[in-house]
Amino acid sequence: MTKFSCADGIRQAIDEEMERDPDVFLIGEDIGESGGVFGVTKGLYEKYGPTRLWDTPISEEAMIGAAVGAALVGARPIAEIMFGDFVVLAMDMLVNQAAKTHYMTGGRLSVPLVVRMVTGTAGSTAAQHSQSLESWFVHVPGMKVVAPSSPEDAKGLLKTAIRDPDPVMFFEHKQLYGGRGGQVGDVVAVEPIPLGVGRVRREGSDVTIVSYLKTLEHVLDAAATLEGEGISCEVWDPRTLVPLDREGLRRSVAKTGRVVIAHEAPVRGGAGAEIAAVVAGEFFEHLKAPIVRVGGHNTPMPYAPELEGYVVPGPERIAEAVRRCLGRA
Amino acid sequence: MTDSLSDKPVDKDEGLQLYRRMVRIRRFEERASQLRAAGLIPGFLHPCIGQEAVAVGVCGALGDGDVLTSTHRGHGHMLGRGADPARMYAELFARSGGYNHGKGGSLHMIDVQLGFLGANGIVGAGIPLATGAALQLKRRGGGSVAVTFFGDGATNEGSFHESLNLASLWKLPVLYVCENNLYGEFTRQDHHQVITDVAARSSSYGMPGVVVDGNDVIAVREVTREARERALAGEGPTLIEAKTYRHRGHFEGDMGRYRPPEEVARWMAHDPLDVLWGRLVKEHALDEAARDAVRADVEAELDAAIAWAKEQEHPAPEQSLEDVYVDSIGGAALR
Repeated sequence: MTKFSCADGIRQAIDEEMERDPDVFLIGEDIGESGGVFGVTKGLYEKYGPTRLWDTPISEEAMIGAAVGAALVGARPIAEIMFGDFVVLAMDMLVNQAAKTHYMTGGRLSVPLVVRMVTGTAGSTAAQHSQSLESWFVHVPGMKVVAPSSPEDAKGLLKTAIRDPDPVMFFEHKQLYGGRGGQVGDVVAVEPIPLGVGRVRREGSDVTIVSYLKTLEHVLDAAATLEGEGISCEVWDPRTLVPLDREGLRRSVAKTGRVVIAHEAPVRGGAGAEIAAVVAGEFFEHLKAPIVRVGGHNTPMPYAPELEGYVVPGPERIAEAVRRCLGRA
Repeated sequence: MTDSLSDKPVDKDEGLQLYRRMVRIRRFEERASQLRAAGLIPGFLHPCIGQEAVAVGVCGALGDGDVLTSTHRGHGHMLGRGADPARMYAELFARSGGYNHGKGGSLHMIDVQLGFLGANGIVGAGIPLATGAALQLKRRGGGSVAVTFFGDGATNEGSFHESLNLASLWKLPVLYVCENNLYGEFTRQDHHQVITDVAARSSSYGMPGVVVDGNDVIAVREVTREARERALAGEGPTLIEAKTYRHRGHFEGDMGRYRPPEEVARWMAHDPLDVLWGRLVKEHALDEAARDAVRADVEAELDAAIAWAKEQEHPAPEQSLEDVYVDSIGGAALR
C-alpha cells in the first residue's frame, strides 16, 4: 500500500522544485539539518546543502524580510513559519511589504514568495500554537491563499505556488502531516494544480458542504453518517481561498440549493463569511435555505481535550449543522 | 569621528561632481516643498535637506550591481544613486509617467534599473529587505553589496536587531547606514535611547561600527568604501553611523518647534554643502562664479524636470485595479 501523507507531498514538491530551479531556496527555523519540527524537510539538507536551506535564528521578522528582500532580486524563496501563530511576528514584512510591493511600484517589482504555515491544532497545542489565521490573509489584496486538504493537493498546489509570481500564503494542517516522527513515505507523481480550481470531494444532491484543510475530513465523516439518514451531501473543497473558484462553487450550489460552510477557524470573520457572502450575493436564485456556517467557537484555542473538542467542529457538529440547514434539526 | 579619512586632497572635478549632486538634492527638495504648497503634490513629503552628504557619499562608493533600500526620507538616496528627477517629480505629482506610475508617491519610489529597491513608509522595514537582497547576492556568487539607509529611530525596531544578527551570522554583504539626525520623528535621541552612538550597537552583533561626520561627504564616501570592500571580501556587514541633521521638520508642514534654536543654528553652520565647498575653495581656489554655475545648471535641470513632469498624464481611475498581482489568474484573485 502506498504511504503518502501531506508531509510527503510537501517535501516532494519542494524537492522537485528545488531541483528544477536553483533560485528556489528554503528559509526557516530548524528546517535544515534537523529536518523540521514535523519532519517535513527531512533529507533536503543532505541533498541540497546550506546554500539552499537557511536555518535562521528565532527571528521571524528578519526571516520573512530576508525572504522578501531576496525575492526582490530574483530568488524564489520558500519560508517556513514553524507554527502559524508566529506569523504575527512578521506581519509588517508580509502585509506592508510583500503583499503591496508589486502594486506600490506600479508593477515594476514583484515578490515571488511562498510562506508555508503550520496551522490548526495538533491536539492540546493550546492558544498560541493552534490558530487558523487564513482569513487574515484572505483580506489582504496582493496575496494568494492556499489551504490543501489532501496529500496530492498539497503537492500539486505547492508546486504551483512556488512557480507563482506573487506572494502565496500556504497553510498546512498539523493533523494532515501523517503522524509524528516524520516517517518518509512513497514518492507519488503529481502535476502542478492550478490555483483557483476547487474540487468535488464527494458527490451529493441535497446540500453542498464547503470545507478545507483538516475539517474536510470531518465533513466526509459527517457525510457518511448523514447518508444513513437519507441526506445526500456534496462535499466541495475550494483548495485555494484566494483566488476562489466561484464557478465550481456555483455549479455545486445550483445542484443542491443548500450550503453549509465548515472550518476550524473561528466563525466570526472567517473565510466562511466571505464564501457565504459570495453564495448569497451571487447565487441567491439557487438557494432553498439560509446558509449555515459551522466553525471554531469565537474563543482562543483551549488546552484541555474536552474544551478543545468543544471548540473545534467535528463530524457531529457538522452533521448537526447540515440537519439544521435541511430543517431537520 | 573619522575626520582623518578625509584629510587627503579632493580631486577638483570629482569634488565638483559631488557638490553638484548635493545641490541637486537640496534644490529638488526645496522645489518639491514649493510645488506641494502650490497644490501639485497630493501626498506626504519628508525632506532630507541637511542630510545630502550621507546620500551622496554612500552612493559615491557603490558599484553598478549594488542594491539599496531606503526610508520615508528617501529622495536624496534615490538622486544620489542617479535617479531621474523628472520621473521623481512626476511620481510626486501622482502622474502615470512617474517612477511608480502614480501608485506609490514619495514613500514608495523605486528605480529597478539602478538597484534602488524602494523608499519605505514603515520605519525600519528596509533593513530586513536589504539583508535578504544581500543573501541572494551572496548566493549568486558575490561581487555586489546591499545597502540600507535608516534613521536613529529605526534602531529601536526589532527589524534592525534581528537583521544585524542574521547578517553577521551569515556574513552577508550588506552595509547598514544609520543617518542619525538626532530625532526619531519628533523625539530627541536622548529621549528614545540612552546611547549617544548608534554604532555602539554593532558590538552586540560582532560587526564593526563606525561613526562618521555625516555632513562631510568625503568622509562618508571613505567609510562606505572600506565597509564595501570588507563585505565583498566575505567579511560581513558593517554598521555605519553618519551623524547629521535635518534642517526642516519631520515632514513638510512640521515646523520642528521641538528643537532648540541654538541646536538648529549650530547644525546650520555645519551645512554639508558648505563643508565641501569650503574645501574646494581652499584646495582649488574655486570662486563664487564656479558655485553659481553649478547652481544655475542644477536649476535649469530641475526646471526641465518639473516641466516634463507637469506634462505627464494623470492615471485613469480604473488603473487602480492593475498591478495588484503579477498573475491575477484571469482576474479571479481580484474578486
